[in-house]
Amino acid sequence: MWGYIVRRLLLGIPTLLGVTLIVFSLMHLAPGDPISAMLPPDAPQEVVQMIRQQMGFDRPLPVQYWLWLTRVAQGDLGRSIATRRPVIQDIRSALGNTLILALAAACLGFTLGGTLGSCAAFSRGRWTDKMFSAAAITGVSLPHYWVAILLIIIFSVELNWLPAMGMQSTGSVSAGWGEVARHMILPTIALALIPMGVITRMARASVLEILSQEFVMTLRAKGLWSRTITRHIVKNAAPPVLTLMGLQFGYLLGGSVLVETVFSWPGSGYLLNLAIFQRDFPVLQGTILVLASFFVMLNLLVDIVQSLVDPRIRRT
Amino acid sequence: MDGILRRYEAITRVSLGMLLVGVLVLILDGTAAIGATGKGGILRIGMTAADIAYTAGQPDQGFEGFRFVGYPLYDALVGWDLSQGERLPEIVSGLAESWEVDKSNVLKWQFKLRRGVKFHDGSAFNADAVIWNWDKIRNKEAAQYDPKQAGEIAFRITVIKEYRKIDDDTVEFTTTRPSSFVPFQVVYVLYSSPAQWEKVGRDWRAFAEKPSGTGPFKMTRIVPRERAEYEPNTEYWDKNRIPKTDKVILLPMPEVTTRLAALRTGQVDWIEVPPPDAIPVLRQANFQIFLRSYPHVWPYSLNLKVTPWDNKLVRQAANYAIDREGICKSLLNDTCTPATGVVYPGHPWFGNSKQLYQYDPKKAKELLKQAGYNGKRAKTSFLISTSGSGQMLPLPMNEYVQENLREVGIDVELIPIEWNALTALLRKGFVEDQAQTGAMNVSYNFVEPFSAFVRFFHSASVPPRSLNVMNYVNPEADRLIEAAEASFDPNVRDQTLGKLHELVMDEAPWIFVVHDLNPRAMSPKVKGFVQPQSWFVDLTLPWVEK
Repeated sequence: MWGYIVRRLLLGIPTLLGVTLIVFSLMHLAPGDPISAMLPPDAPQEVVQMIRQQMGFDRPLPVQYWLWLTRVAQGDLGRSIATRRPVIQDIRSALGNTLILALAAACLGFTLGGTLGSCAAFSRGRWTDKMFSAAAITGVSLPHYWVAILLIIIFSVELNWLPAMGMQSTGSVSAGWGEVARHMILPTIALALIPMGVITRMARASVLEILSQEFVMTLRAKGLWSRTITRHIVKNAAPPVLTLMGLQFGYLLGGSVLVETVFSWPGSGYLLNLAIFQRDFPVLQGTILVLASFFVMLNLLVDIVQSLVDPRIRRT
Repeated sequence: MDGILRRYEAITRVSLGMLLVGVLVLILDGTAAIGATGKGGILRIGMTAADIAYTAGQPDQGFEGFRFVGYPLYDALVGWDLSQGERLPEIVSGLAESWEVDKSNVLKWQFKLRRGVKFHDGSAFNADAVIWNWDKIRNKEAAQYDPKQAGEIAFRITVIKEYRKIDDDTVEFTTTRPSSFVPFQVVYVLYSSPAQWEKVGRDWRAFAEKPSGTGPFKMTRIVPRERAEYEPNTEYWDKNRIPKTDKVILLPMPEVTTRLAALRTGQVDWIEVPPPDAIPVLRQANFQIFLRSYPHVWPYSLNLKVTPWDNKLVRQAANYAIDREGICKSLLNDTCTPATGVVYPGHPWFGNSKQLYQYDPKKAKELLKQAGYNGKRAKTSFLISTSGSGQMLPLPMNEYVQENLREVGIDVELIPIEWNALTALLRKGFVEDQAQTGAMNVSYNFVEPFSAFVRFFHSASVPPRSLNVMNYVNPEADRLIEAAEASFDPNVRDQTLGKLHELVMDEAPWIFVVHDLNPRAMSPKVKGFVQPQSWFVDLTLPWVEK
């Protein structure tokens, strides 16, 4: 098992390098530059050149990438071009905020998705199946952004039940957990819709496939309790759903740029959005690197859980 | 007898009525007086920026940075009078009590500093602090030199060549040429505390987290991308400008629907730039809407080196073809006014131009015919942004203009690009890949003569030096700009700038479209706010009713 984990971790390194290289290249290929975001358009050329030099933007791109990589290897993600705050400080606070939201959205989406998908499969062809499948398609099809605005209009503006933005009351000095929880409700619902829909569809398909297998018929013929049969079905249907959950959680950690922007939630999506518009390369690369690392770790975690659920995976 | 009684009754009724009106006037006047002296409350502001501007001194984020961070936390030697909205704000004394140009050598300006002013950390403001701050943005050898702050301010203080201390209360500036624009340049230089910089370990980033200026507000808290909190500086040197609120909270909200929802749910008291189509609903719900002309213009900077814009008649035709009233009414819900020049009518630099560019498609077609486009259509392309600071609603507005121009015989291809990419191209002008592009659509401010005219219409301002992207070279324009700068009589200077404006309107190196009216929406609880004809506001004036 340990050998498997070490091998997977080592395999993650080229993945991370590839990700950073692609992001670096794309950002430098795109028109615009960080100086344009940082300084007014009529800032004198000598100042522009000086800042360009100080930040190393006058060097060839491969040199810039190599310098950044060597700093990262020493644990230094650099400083933001726009704000000059240490990148790690920005990522820490943003990722923490996104993690809170992602966990809540994952709990809601995965629980609902798993339950609705399984129920739909067990009641195949009946009205409950049709209703849950329709809910799943709706969840996948509705744009985050639109749902977020709709939720704000209904629950914040019209009913005035829940806050429309931020993580804490605008007038308060510090946020208690209860206050954060109130602010989380609407963004959590908006974020949970897609994972709910995706997991429902996968869970339904996976359970249906297991239900059609002969061993289920054998278990029934042997007269096992239906609860025991269900346990066997769920255990066998779980691996693909777990894989998908891992991927979905990764996406949630990336933070939905749109949902976080609509709710002014200071998470990683909001940070990424800002960094893209400001061409803040250190923040952008640092955030993507940290998120990609999370992604790799999550996939590893999912594989480990899968191999525990289904030992055949370890053997392959 | 009856007649006398009726007359008596009538006189009595009139007298009672007048008495009642008098009492009502007194009551209302009293209420107004009470209102004018009210104070307190927490003022929460939803800004359009996505993050709090740089708080160490010279702010970033352009004039929004000055509005919410620069001027509330810091002072300049001179300031703007933002206490009224009827006239353009005037330059008033700030950290300098008085200033004058040396009559025998007009290159030298002396500023007498205000005595007894303290930074928020308690250290004294004096001539040494002034020189230290100029070294911060000018002297690359100085320990406190901050390239970021230097980059933000350098283009605004081009005329100042040297600075020196005369005594503890006097500093002298030497200019590169005779220039009456000096007060308009030093108004942007803000003074950070040298003592605080030492205290936080000579680090501008650390200073930005615990800033210390001399401004009417002190920053008490900052959470990146979330909020900044200010409390009144009760020791402020100008006792008339001690803030009336107990606290100001700035909240970055780049998304317009979020700002609107936050205002309607009572999470903020004030939002910048509400969506134009929401303004009638906000008015119905008793929110206060503030609209007023201010130095903003939304034009197309034309590439004068390519056809069809190398022909003045075509440029004038395009200006006659735009239905500016239609844009303001149908698209922007009266949140703008038509622009027929750089500045708006009534502005001291407007002049008396004959070219007032009313919507006149017939005249536009006639001018095109004179320019040689008889039965032939002109073709061009406009580089536009999809969003951006001061760009209003760029896509629908550009489509509207495209349709207007199509109707008179000018076919425009719109090339939308992202805001950052557009500003990067603006720096270079119409060169390389953009050499054949017809125009760029970027909105501008015109707060003072340099930002209104020099950077756009002087031949020395062609990129990369400044923003004359049009390559507009006219010796008469250069002469008028230089004459205005060299004129130390404000009336003569304004008249000269008026003549320059007439010339610019006639030559039309821009297609002038609209002036924004700077919309703001506020809760009815916000009192005492004044919307000046400015990009800046005085945050010391409003308070929030509890």
